[in-house]
Amino acid sequence: MASFSKFGNDLYTGELSVNFIGRRKVWYLLAAILIIVSILGPTLRGGYVFGIEFTGGSQFQIDSVEALKSPDTNAEAQKLATDTVTGVVADADPKITIVGTDSLRIQTEQLEPDESTAVGDALAGAFSVESDEVAASFVGPSWGADITSSALRALLVFIALAAIMMAIYFRTWKMSIAAMIALLHDIVITAGVYGIFGFEITPSAVIGFLTILGFSLYDTVVVFDKIRENTSEDGSESRRTFAESVNLAVNQTLVRSINTGVVAALPVAAILFIGAYVLGAGTLRDIALALFIGIVVGTYSTIFIAAPLYAQFRQNEPDIRNRTKRLIASRADALDSK
Amino acid sequence: MARTTPVKNAWRAIVWLTALTVGLSVLIGAGSIFGEDSTTGAASWTPKLALDLEGGTQIVLAPQLESGQTVTGEQLSQAVSIIRDRIDASGVSEAEVTTQGASNVVVSIPGQPDEETLNRIKSSAKLEFRPVLYTEVASAATAEETPEPADGAETPEGDAATATPEPTLATTPTATPTDASDLNWITEALFDDYSNFDCASLDSFSVAPTDEPLITCEADDSFKYILGPVEVEGSTITDASSGLISSSQGVSTNQWGVFPTFNDEGTKDVAAMTTRLFGFDQTDPRNRFAIVLDGRVISAPTTQGIITGGNPQISGSFTQETATVLADQLKFGALPIGFEVQSDQKISATLGSAQLSSGLIAGLIGLLLVVIYSLFQYRLLGLVTVASLVVAGVLTYLVIAYLSWRHGYRLSLAGVAGLIVAIGFTADSFIVYFERIRDELRDGRSLTGAVEAGWKRALRTIFAAKAVNLLSAVVLFVLAVGNVRGFALTLGLTTVIDVLVVVLFTHPMLQLLATTKFFASGHPISGLDPKALGAVYRGRAQFRTPTATKTTAGASREAARRQTIAERKAAEMAGTAKDSSSDGKES
Repeated sequence: MASFSKFGNDLYTGELSVNFIGRRKVWYLLAAILIIVSILGPTLRGGYVFGIEFTGGSQFQIDSVEALKSPDTNAEAQKLATDTVTGVVADADPKITIVGTDSLRIQTEQLEPDESTAVGDALAGAFSVESDEVAASFVGPSWGADITSSALRALLVFIALAAIMMAIYFRTWKMSIAAMIALLHDIVITAGVYGIFGFEITPSAVIGFLTILGFSLYDTVVVFDKIRENTSEDGSESRRTFAESVNLAVNQTLVRSINTGVVAALPVAAILFIGAYVLGAGTLRDIALALFIGIVVGTYSTIFIAAPLYAQFRQNEPDIRNRTKRLIASRADALDSK
Repeated sequence: MARTTPVKNAWRAIVWLTALTVGLSVLIGAGSIFGEDSTTGAASWTPKLALDLEGGTQIVLAPQLESGQTVTGEQLSQAVSIIRDRIDASGVSEAEVTTQGASNVVVSIPGQPDEETLNRIKSSAKLEFRPVLYTEVASAATAEETPEPADGAETPEGDAATATPEPTLATTPTATPTDASDLNWITEALFDDYSNFDCASLDSFSVAPTDEPLITCEADDSFKYILGPVEVEGSTITDASSGLISSSQGVSTNQWGVFPTFNDEGTKDVAAMTTRLFGFDQTDPRNRFAIVLDGRVISAPTTQGIITGGNPQISGSFTQETATVLADQLKFGALPIGFEVQSDQKISATLGSAQLSSGLIAGLIGLLLVVIYSLFQYRLLGLVTVASLVVAGVLTYLVIAYLSWRHGYRLSLAGVAGLIVAIGFTADSFIVYFERIRDELRDGRSLTGAVEAGWKRALRTIFAAKAVNLLSAVVLFVLAVGNVRGFALTLGLTTVIDVLVVVLFTHPMLQLLATTKFFASGHPISGLDPKALGAVYRGRAQFRTPTATKTTAGASREAARRQTIAERKAAEMAGTAKDSSSDGKES
């Protein structure tokens, strides 16, 4: 504790300063590598895996299942159905629902005709019914193209409005652009992790992505507000270059960034842990994974991508360039005179 | 004096917050006791759960087709999208609409649907305006006043609509009808059909060609009609609302109606139709036009004047509920095909209660970790974080219970996850604020001063950042459909509550705590110990002796900004040499 607050104090005074802005080429290189991996990885694996909510899938329905007639054995029947389906097609990811009082509905991803027959037969065997009592059919996507297109449209409108809002609030377009590039970086990397590990993209995962979008922008605005505060007070006679002012602001908010990152990630880590290790695949794991990666990457990108980009965008403005030149010259003089 | 004002403000804010919380609780409490007969039912202290957690009803809809007619994939996906819009319009319940096999639509909705909901989903809602040609009370089986049935051999534009006429009766009019009100539409065969027509046999989904006359009945079977061809199509309606109809004096009657808005084409058609009908005598049935919904007349008003504005009102025997349903249906357009309910069965939750309880356990573990981390980072100040999170949690719970009661909001597992993640967003407001206070303390302010100064700066940041969140919530809620809307609502809700809590609870608490001896003296475990924050060596306008190898430029600049001019000048004189030389080493 004592050492952490000392850490905070030193960052605040500038006694301890991490050169985020100066080493930007390192961070850009790292970002470029991560982005390339995030795009190539899923492509090499054969693209993203979409859940049946997006693609539609196969459905099997068994009526008059004995095991469902008493509520005690419901869970057993559901587990039997899951095991039977995964026993035939390992990655079918079955969703089991009880329909009415004694019917079992099993939805899986789209199966090949022969797989479908095999699953139907296996289910018939497992529940001791005739093969023709297992009704197989195709279910369409519940998250159809119309939902996707409306969500995408909403997303584009939101990003445009957020960019305009930030430009008005900070009185410069350059902050908006830097924030949007960092946002893009976060989305590509978060999506890349899904692709690389082959996790299924479900509606829950999409909602996780949207949350990340909000978080990434939110975090950037908080840090940019400190940058705005520091740099707007720099006159032409300031003793610090523009890039140094930005760097100081990032350092001064570093404790906040770490604390917020940790506090936001802790509950998500708890969901991820419980979701993945206790329950196995499912909504909780899908959403928590997107969120966990997104929170880490979102906090990181504000410091390592958005702030350096902003400093870089402005370094060639005449006022700022003159100030930098003058300061470099006077520092050289000071060193010479020593 | 300077101290009483923040304290007074603090208490006032806390009173407001308490009033808000108590108000919401009373509202829900009253709703749970007296709400039985309101339209939305009684309130409940526990929010309703969505399809994935609670299960609901699966409705399989099969298209109603004439023999030989088939459904195209395009019609089916259009139907899915319209049905989804209609369900979304009734609240944020996160229904699941999908297709099954080649022609069925499967709707899964939480809870048990009532007749209203089923009707909202399945009926085609094809609206037409047709002129009345002939009408009488339905109970009279035979016509007394025969309007000269035409006979002749000329070929009309189409065959008689609904039935196979008896061979002896002419099926074609003597003269080609010149307009939709022309009585030449009524052939002998048509009139015979009409005479024998029994309202009870009327199929509500009868698909009548738009360019032919139609025999139908009033929705409650009280009147029988012969109607001319369609003059205004429902597809020209761009929007619709429902409300109480006002009389010509502008006084609100107690009758519910639907108010459609037409596009240019529809407006023109309505004007043309009413212009012609207004020319008939008020006692002539042909003065009236019929508003036909899915083949039944919902009302057939007399034409009181020419409607040019493009917004006639539709009255009928509406209740508030049926008027809302019809307005929603008209707004999203008619289904390309009518559907009938093939099966309507209960379905279990796809994610068992195990998922919800694990989610909640995960949330509790997460919250505990946040508490430990806050106490570690902020010592006793961390308790303010915890208390604020608890207040935010209580408020969120109440608002969700309220929305679940009044607006059909349902909590899905993704929603629960969203709420857990909101802990992070909410805690960030406190962290931003606390760090600002610490910054002010480092600059040598007293605690009360630091709280006020830090608050001003923190609030600006908090507002700017939360505005971005709120913007995303509003945009997604308005423009997106389905699950995304539920997410947007949760996000918007937690953002607003977060700001409320930080303004009405966290800041007032700190204002009050700042006046206690424990915090004001900067006790080591208060989390606001100026010594630990390195403030003592840098009181106002005092600079560190240049022992450190690196610069103190950050602090001196911050301090410099807050000095009076005189102080600053003195400081400049004292520090110029040191600053300019040491500053250079930083880069």
